[in-house]
Amino acid sequence: MKTDELKKVASQVRRDIVRMVHGVASGHPGGSLGCTDLLVSLYFQTMNLKTDDSDSVVFDMSGTGEDMFFLSNGHISPVLYSVLARRGYFPVSELATFRKLDSRLQGHPATAEHLPGIRIASGSLGQGLSAAAGAAYGKKIRKDNHRVYCLMGDGEQQEGQIWEAAAFIPHRKLDNLIAIIDFNGQQIDGPTDVVLNNRDLGAKYEAFGWKVLHMDGNDMDDVVTTLAKAHAAGGKGVPVCIIMKTEMGQGVDFMMHTHKWHGTAPNNEQLTAALAQLDETLGDY
Amino acid sequence: MKTYTFTEKKDTRSGFGAGMAELGRTNPDVVALCADLVASLKLDAFIKENPERFIQCGIAEANMIGVAAGLTLSGLIPFATTFANFGSSRVYDQIRQAVAYSGKNVKICVSHAGLTLGEDGATHQILEDIGMMKSLPGMTVINPCDFNQTKAATIAIADYEGPVYLRFGRPVVPNFTPADQVFEIGKAVVLNEGPDVSIFATGHLVWQALEAGKLLAEQGIEAEIINIHTIKPLDKEAILQSVRKTGCAVTAEEHQMNGGLGDSVAQVLSLNYPAPLDMVAVNDSFGESGTPEQLMEKYGLTAASIVAKVLSVIQRKNK
Ligand SMILES: Cc1ncc(C[n+]2csc(CCOP(=O)(O)OP(=O)(O)O)c2C)c(N)n1
Ligand SMILES: [Mg+2]
Repeated sequence: MKTDELKKVASQVRRDIVRMVHGVASGHPGGSLGCTDLLVSLYFQTMNLKTDDSDSVVFDMSGTGEDMFFLSNGHISPVLYSVLARRGYFPVSELATFRKLDSRLQGHPATAEHLPGIRIASGSLGQGLSAAAGAAYGKKIRKDNHRVYCLMGDGEQQEGQIWEAAAFIPHRKLDNLIAIIDFNGQQIDGPTDVVLNNRDLGAKYEAFGWKVLHMDGNDMDDVVTTLAKAHAAGGKGVPVCIIMKTEMGQGVDFMMHTHKWHGTAPNNEQLTAALAQLDETLGDY
Repeated sequence: MKTYTFTEKKDTRSGFGAGMAELGRTNPDVVALCADLVASLKLDAFIKENPERFIQCGIAEANMIGVAAGLTLSGLIPFATTFANFGSSRVYDQIRQAVAYSGKNVKICVSHAGLTLGEDGATHQILEDIGMMKSLPGMTVINPCDFNQTKAATIAIADYEGPVYLRFGRPVVPNFTPADQVFEIGKAVVLNEGPDVSIFATGHLVWQALEAGKLLAEQGIEAEIINIHTIKPLDKEAILQSVRKTGCAVTAEEHQMNGGLGDSVAQVLSLNYPAPLDMVAVNDSFGESGTPEQLMEKYGLTAASIVAKVLSVIQRKNK
């Protein structure tokens, strides 16, 4: 897909995100908006996904013969749900059920309700990279030459388990794994540097044995080319970690430059103001 | 009282190792993971014969559980192994989210459970793991009693689809169950039939229950002794059928009373057929350093304790 078209999808996804959290007056718009360009690029451009004869995606839990994505920072479920629906994994109308009783779209991603596109639950932070490592290891054992992507938060980097996985993955030469860190500098209690300084994340991953790339996660061209670079860097014995600079709340001016919108839903007025900044490119659900 | 004999005392963890060695030869999907405790878990044979299906995770148990969950996606059957403390309480949230809630086919196989780990002391003597694991929806919890049964259980869980917590131990104990006995998950094994009292035992306490049965027989009491190797799903039918006949019961386990087998049996009885019940278990305390025998004696996990509780429940029944 051309960058212009990806941007159109991203605009619609951002509308979906804001409408979903408004619809249930809960959820996490900030990180979702910041990671929209990444997820759109992954699912509409970068990843090799299983499709049927009519080119529609088909979900297969095993992920055999296709690339896989793991969302470790499960609280940004709105962006994942919107992108999965827009990509065709389930009807976009189902986005209206987000966080409501009997929905497959749980507050945090889960497998219990069998939502196509979800392979493991996340929400308790720090666990996704380990699961992605297991999936990547499985691909090695099964001699399946596809990639495994894992997105994490930057606040999430404070979890000890991340560093267990960060040591394991290069040690086991899981060069089919690409980790991406949403480097927005924010977490619930404030700026990441203030809450618990991660110091130089890139240097840390490099010291653990990763190849580190940097990208602007809100510049679609940069996202597409850096992901392609990361893909090409695979298969050489070294896993890749992308430090992705983003703006929490990207695309909605009053949600940017603050951690206030990490987990707050807009009210009616704020929804109107937000939607006025986001083109309805594919039709609202 | 039926007589049980054994030719050898063996550790249950070696039964696990033997089961893994066999699985290595028969099931190409089985993968073993370990967190720097390969010799303790008796994985040497599996690793030697299947080096490409062994994943050393280092002292990083949380990551090991997540890796195991991820491995299941491609149809592999990961056996994640470490000491019982580090495979349960250390990684409870990981097991809860990545394995149980996500419905992943991970086998968590842990050694050195309970007091019989001995001299290392209470930091390593997990006595709460059954309670934690049985609280998780969908989790199967198994605590076999000897070498043969642990081997059989190890082989059986590979054929079962779903998360399993398999708990075994370090000390050598009488190996008395038949080597060819098929392990049926969730099916209690009646070791002795008797009309006077039901003894429900699990793990290392099963042999103690048989010893208690002998002592009771000398006093003219014929106990029904049942091996509850699977604590979840619990064989409720077997428990109720027995207590309907005997009218009273004693449970025995190397675990806290809170959350253990005794708790599970109490729930079944109080909801369906209230009857006098007592429990041989550790009563709200941590363990300590000592030899396994000394600790089992000090904390009352012995045949003599079972006998004493049996006499008391029979008295309550007859009141
Ligand atoms: C283990 C765990 N601890 C705490 C939380 C609560 N929590 C949810 S999101 C979050 C902040 C995460 O920060 P970051 O990874 O930077 O994500 P962002 O806020 O940028 O979206 C916290 C503390 C959690 N979900 N899991
Ligand atoms: Mg952040």
